[in-house]
Amino acid sequence: MRKKLVEFRNVSFRYGDEGPWVLKNCSFEIYENEWVAIIGHNGSGKSTIAKLLNGLLFPQEGEIIIDGKQVNEESIWNIRKEVGMVFQNPDNQFVGATVQDDVAFGMENRGVPREEMNKRISETLKAVRMQDYRLTEPHRLSGGQKQRVAIASVLAISPKVLILDEATAMLDPSGRKEIMETVGSIQDQRGLSLITITHDLQEVVQADRVIVMNNGELWKESTPREIFTQKEALRKIGLDVPFVAILTEELKHAGVHLGAAPLNHEELLEDLWTLHSRT
Amino acid sequence: MNNALIIGQYVPGDSLVHRLDPRTKITIIFFFVFIVFLANNIASYTLLTVFALASMLTSRVPIRFIIKGLTPVWFLIVFTFILHLFVTKEGTVIAEFWIFEFYSGGLIQGIAISVRFFLLILVTSLLTLTTTPIEITDAIEDMLHPLNRFKFPVHELALMMSISLRFIPTLLQETDKISRAQASRGVDFKTGPVKDRIQAIVPLLVPLFVSAFKRAEELAMAMEARGYQGGEGRTKLRELKIERNDIFIFILFAFVIAGLFMTRTYG
Repeated sequence: MRKKLVEFRNVSFRYGDEGPWVLKNCSFEIYENEWVAIIGHNGSGKSTIAKLLNGLLFPQEGEIIIDGKQVNEESIWNIRKEVGMVFQNPDNQFVGATVQDDVAFGMENRGVPREEMNKRISETLKAVRMQDYRLTEPHRLSGGQKQRVAIASVLAISPKVLILDEATAMLDPSGRKEIMETVGSIQDQRGLSLITITHDLQEVVQADRVIVMNNGELWKESTPREIFTQKEALRKIGLDVPFVAILTEELKHAGVHLGAAPLNHEELLEDLWTLHSRT
Repeated sequence: MNNALIIGQYVPGDSLVHRLDPRTKITIIFFFVFIVFLANNIASYTLLTVFALASMLTSRVPIRFIIKGLTPVWFLIVFTFILHLFVTKEGTVIAEFWIFEFYSGGLIQGIAISVRFFLLILVTSLLTLTTTPIEITDAIEDMLHPLNRFKFPVHELALMMSISLRFIPTLLQETDKISRAQASRGVDFKTGPVKDRIQAIVPLLVPLFVSAFKRAEELAMAMEARGYQGGEGRTKLRELKIERNDIFIFILFAFVIAGLFMTRTYG
């Protein structure tokens, strides 16, 4: 039985007392060592989920349980030890004057002794392959490098849950790839549960499970493969379907039936040549 | 662009002066600024000049950086020198020119004041040339620590300083980007009357301020998410350590002060 790390129980949230509900009666669970992608168009409530998870916001209704503890005013400092978060803008979350100062920031806040800090800085910078930039200032780094430092600084406090809140949205394609690869390998090594929040369907391919948000409601919860077959419905709620899924759909219309919906180019290629050699 | 990105004037190096604890440097410079005003004859001025020049040479900072640091004050030095030359009417007349008479007292005063200025600027710029801004911030936080007892927010002040230092290059890059974006929309920053040019700054400043506020908000959230809850119970990665070199320099400086009191004239 896998351990339940995150649980949303009928959570509703709105800004102020008058505003519209940003999140309506959401319930879901996330287990340890699991990669869950939360997708949705702008304003679908996906970023609100991230902020609720970290105690940056509190729900008006329902409760949020993280590793057996309810998120409230008293528990947030402990919760923030368990839940690490990487935000969208690489510049606006870089606190330190150099890479090592930034990685140390979270640990300094928690009173980690100096030797331990130095050890963890080397470890985490190695994990994100930034060990050669330890003394570099932020303005000499690319966006992707800054985001990797941000990931390292979160890892340094060894959280159980890592949230990437549109962490790749402001990066170029190569930076995006860098981050996704880094995150994938880290999850393999550390077995933490990973929550990636995005509106880019390409990024959910690697995830174990996808939660689709629409207008503050949980619209669907499924595997990426299953989600990708719902091309029309996804488009209706404002999400872009990846090229491979569109191609598969078109092939189907043209009379070429592939097996399970392929997720990426390699799988599509595999399906195509097996189909070709069968017929 | 890249030149503007060097905050302050720090010149990286590994000299004795670079390696000194920033608190040592600040303390010594603080007292040096005072004792410069005590020098009043050739011997005492020579002593202080030798000390300043020796520190400059030990720092191995290239002369051109030091001269660059002095450029803005050259004018001031020359101006006070000339002023003294014309205004002071002491000693004997050494030269006459048209309706002006130059006195020996004026010449001596002028030289003394100029040397004083020069020494002050040299020593203080040596601090910024050999110490990173972040080291200076750390030193200030540490030296102001006793004020904590009077509820003075020392840690917050230091954090503010280090965050503003960290964001200077970011905001410079942003200013550059905005000014180009506005220039491409026809805003003219470089020509026209001064009044127009000042007005052209408005479309530059407004977006800059808006984005600075947004950055501040996001940074605050990121800091909170990473567990920031004020200075209490925090540890620090960077460490300040008084070493043998620092003690050596303090003793040397004590001798300089003693020497100054011995050489200066009284009465």
